Amino acid sequence: MTRVLIPTGALGLTYDRDALARGVANGPDIIAVDGGSTDSGPSYLGRGVSKYSRATTKAEWRDLMLARAEAGVPLVIGTAGTCGADSAVDWLYEITVELATELGQKLKVVRLYSGQMPSAVAEALQAGTVTPLSGAPLVDADTVRSCTNIVALAGVEQIRAAIDTGADIVIAGRTTDTAIIAALPIARNCDAGAAWHGAKVGECGALATTNPASGVIQIDFDETGFTIEPLGRTARATPYTVSAHMLYENTDPFILYEPGGHLDVTGSRYTAVDDRRVRVEGSVWVPGLYTVKLEGARVAGCQVVSLTLLRDRRYVENARIWADDIANRCRQIAADRTGLSQAEFTIEMRLIGQDATLGPLETGRIVPTEIGVLSIVTAPTEAQAAEIGKILNPYLLHHALTEDEPMPTFAFPFSPAEMTRGAVYEFCLHHIMALDDPMAIFRLEVTEVGHG
Amino acid sequence: MAELGAVAQKVRSKNAGPFWLTIDIFCGDSDAFERLSAALDSARVAALYRVDVSQMRRFDIPELNVVKFSFPRPTVQGTAADRDMHGAGWSVLIEEMEIG
Repeated sequence: MTRVLIPTGALGLTYDRDALARGVANGPDIIAVDGGSTDSGPSYLGRGVSKYSRATTKAEWRDLMLARAEAGVPLVIGTAGTCGADSAVDWLYEITVELATELGQKLKVVRLYSGQMPSAVAEALQAGTVTPLSGAPLVDADTVRSCTNIVALAGVEQIRAAIDTGADIVIAGRTTDTAIIAALPIARNCDAGAAWHGAKVGECGALATTNPASGVIQIDFDETGFTIEPLGRTARATPYTVSAHMLYENTDPFILYEPGGHLDVTGSRYTAVDDRRVRVEGSVWVPGLYTVKLEGARVAGCQVVSLTLLRDRRYVENARIWADDIANRCRQIAADRTGLSQAEFTIEMRLIGQDATLGPLETGRIVPTEIGVLSIVTAPTEAQAAEIGKILNPYLLHHALTEDEPMPTFAFPFSPAEMTRGAVYEFCLHHIMALDDPMAIFRLEVTEVGHG
Repeated sequence: MAELGAVAQKVRSKNAGPFWLTIDIFCGDSDAFERLSAALDSARVAALYRVDVSQMRRFDIPELNVVKFSFPRPTVQGTAADRDMHGAGWSVLIEEMEIG
């Protein structure tokens, strides 16, 4: 039996310290925590930075390092620093070195790097070893070369290689959410289907229980299945909460693709052990070609935004006409004054209160009390975006619906009116790369840190 | 006629990676599941999101009383044209859909 303690769905989301202490007292074989996701958008991967604050990350990581020392088992984090780029791994490594000194811990820290050279990925694309998944954008070698960061998603083989160095702490770059949980059970010959399925159920911490905010769970893996137990006092796992979790953020609720094969839960059986714990058996791992998924992000322009508030009823009722009229006038003026063609920049007016969330898909028709006009300018350079943002300003301030009415003035909550968002990024890879050797494009860095 | 959201227990939409969206309709019980599973027309759902119905995947799961739709995101997550980073706001289009 292999017991995996999972403190939370992501480092930085906080977790229940008492529940973590109970988990440590239960004698886990490893502590595994996820550090990221693509869910907050391409900027983090594009810049190679964490979404969460350094102070919060350090405070939560500190308590996990103390839990590791008490349990005397490895602590593994996957997708460190939100995106798992090499710079994000090094960021968490620096925090770890600081904490090792502050806590008086002497540690073997292993960094698993997932970062890829864009030029090498571009060559692999041309050679046909990188191929698109369903829904992938059309990309060519130049698109790939323009990525500021590309990462490959490691699976259990790479995590296992890191653990096998005798690591106290593994700081992994991009991994699949499940790999950090499945790695040790698979290394110890637990059932592979159970290992991957349990890992999928556990990757969001207590999300597969009745109390998602409690965070901490433990999963026991063995030769025939797994048993999940939430450690928050009020949290319960039920056959429904556990089986329904395969739906979560997953295109297909029965199949999950991972490096080297896929998980099939069509025949899984979910049984309540008691009112808090669930046993799962019958999940199947189907080996296949060894491929890893790639993620990449690149700069898609520079953005300036502004917010204008419409409260006058006639302007609220005619907001779309008003906003489109301003955008159309300013597109022509901006092209004349910046020398850009109209295809090289965009001016978009989102009406908060009317259609900002759904845009052209919106079906609601209720007239609101007020409307926030979010003007979004995207242009090749920051200077051009700033110029165009300023060209919009006098119109946003005073533009009248008709020529024969007194000049209106609208509300601006900020001075300056324009907010510079800097470079904006876009995801541009949804591809897989075939590998002969799982470690071929991943690198391990083993370091002794701190002092005991 | 009723809004789907008044019959279902919960409707959730989320990213399934940056390029796909998945919508889970938790019906709550088998009666609601049977009603919604029969009433939901995939072509109509595809039209709500302006996606090609041939690209839409549908799962009717009686064990969970869930109907699930997955399809390429109407806008790729985080592009300049995207409005909803986590894709969670798209569920309302199904919730507010009138069903027989």
